[in-house]
Amino acid sequence: MIKEELKTKISELLPTATFDETGEWLNVLIDAKEWLPLATQLRNDVSLQFDFLFCVTAVDWKTHLSMVYHLRATQLEHIIVVKAKIADRNNAEIESVCKIWRTAELHELEAYDLMGVKFLHHPGLRRLFLTDDWVGYPLRKDYVDEVNMIKL
Amino acid sequence: MIEEVAATTEGDLVINIGPQHPSTHGVLHLFVTMNGETIKKVEPHLGYIHRSIEKMDESLSYRQFIYSTSRMDYLSSHINNHGCALCVEKGLQLEIPPRAKVIRILMDELTRIASHCLWWGALAMDVGALTPFFHAFREREMINDIMEESCGARLTMNYMVPGGVMFDIQPNFQKHVKEFVAHFKTKIGEYDEMVTNNIIFQRRMKNVGYISPEDAVSYGCTGAVLRASGVKSDIRKIAPYDGYENVKFEEPLEMAGDCFARYMVRMKEMMQSLSIVEQLIDNIPEGDFVAKTKAVLKLPKGEFYSRVETARGEFGVYIVSEGGLTPYRIKFRSPGFSNLSALDHMSRGQKIGDLVAIMGTLDLVIPDIDR
Repeated sequence: MIKEELKTKISELLPTATFDETGEWLNVLIDAKEWLPLATQLRNDVSLQFDFLFCVTAVDWKTHLSMVYHLRATQLEHIIVVKAKIADRNNAEIESVCKIWRTAELHELEAYDLMGVKFLHHPGLRRLFLTDDWVGYPLRKDYVDEVNMIKL
Repeated sequence: MIEEVAATTEGDLVINIGPQHPSTHGVLHLFVTMNGETIKKVEPHLGYIHRSIEKMDESLSYRQFIYSTSRMDYLSSHINNHGCALCVEKGLQLEIPPRAKVIRILMDELTRIASHCLWWGALAMDVGALTPFFHAFREREMINDIMEESCGARLTMNYMVPGGVMFDIQPNFQKHVKEFVAHFKTKIGEYDEMVTNNIIFQRRMKNVGYISPEDAVSYGCTGAVLRASGVKSDIRKIAPYDGYENVKFEEPLEMAGDCFARYMVRMKEMMQSLSIVEQLIDNIPEGDFVAKTKAVLKLPKGEFYSRVETARGEFGVYIVSEGGLTPYRIKFRSPGFSNLSALDHMSRGQKIGDLVAIMGTLDLVIPDIDR
């Protein structure tokens, strides 16, 4: 499907979603609470079939966090980017999607470890790279990195 | 860890494989729950070589950050650099000269062959055959010499820059590559004789570590792992970059989804890469090897994503730019990290000895997983 068709289809599924078409792919901007129901529909809808979650990441925007999911449909060959806004930075929470896309399990651990996003109903949320007693989340913008001496 | 031991049922045994085990090819730590000799669960514990490259890159310029990616998947550093260069070029809307494109593809494909050679030797060594390792390294050494001549490095190349490549190829490049191609063609038969047709090797590989196409997609597998389950996934075919649309090559597919299928896909890939090198080596266009760029690169505000096919699968670079001199946020989608998530699924119900074979055919490179 092309961008316009995807846009119409997704706004039918979720009327509150807004769109950003400046990038290479269609960006769907939603609230974190709307993510799990939308994700289920994106995966199971016959005309969408987004079965391949190829990139999961979080971005710290200082006022809020946003989770960025890159989705591809391997059969239908279309791509969208879903950005879920997490307003509460101190208590960041979003539903886990590892039941829908199994790859999310490890990617969500990474986002939890480095960005401090809690994934609800994740089977085993733990520190992935860092030690269990590590304080803070290194990829956040307010994290003071004393070890890294590379500064531009 | 004490909690995890307590959570297992009676009669289960928890074994730590790694971080210092030779078959893990680096510092991978696997927490394996066993019942007798049968694997019940595999849990990877990562971070032994985590350098937080993504955080470091937030304070590096768009020219500098590319060098850190050579240190991720160090066996296909050219292709990692290529992905980053593409992403920056996408942001700058930079068109690169035809000569640079062809040089890039040549380097990528030579890297793929070198990487697969190492994988092949190491896999055979993992399952108990030491000799193939030395054979594979003989061929890999030739490629490394070619690389050293043109790029000045043998492992961390740092050769591809935004706009093209850093230096022009050496005058002897074409001659040496042709020598290598001729040499490799005589040796690939030996590879098959020595390992592929070996009945002991086949018994270790066939019907081991099966993954269905649906699961492989769901686990985010890419590269040879996904293609061995019969799903087309080559980025060079799906979204061709830098002139891959102009070369003829096939995307090898296998249907079996087991270790042997993954092995066969990579063996066929080597031949395809060789064919690409043959097509291009006499057709390197004349002209500039790098486009003219400003000394200081500034990406416009926005988000850019580029995808390339490394020797291990799909490598993605996601740059969030706020219009400054450095990336606001950068994310590397490394193929090894996603392929690793399927390890648990593949090895459940298998024997402990098979775990080594499965890990071998996943072709894990730990710095690529940890970043």
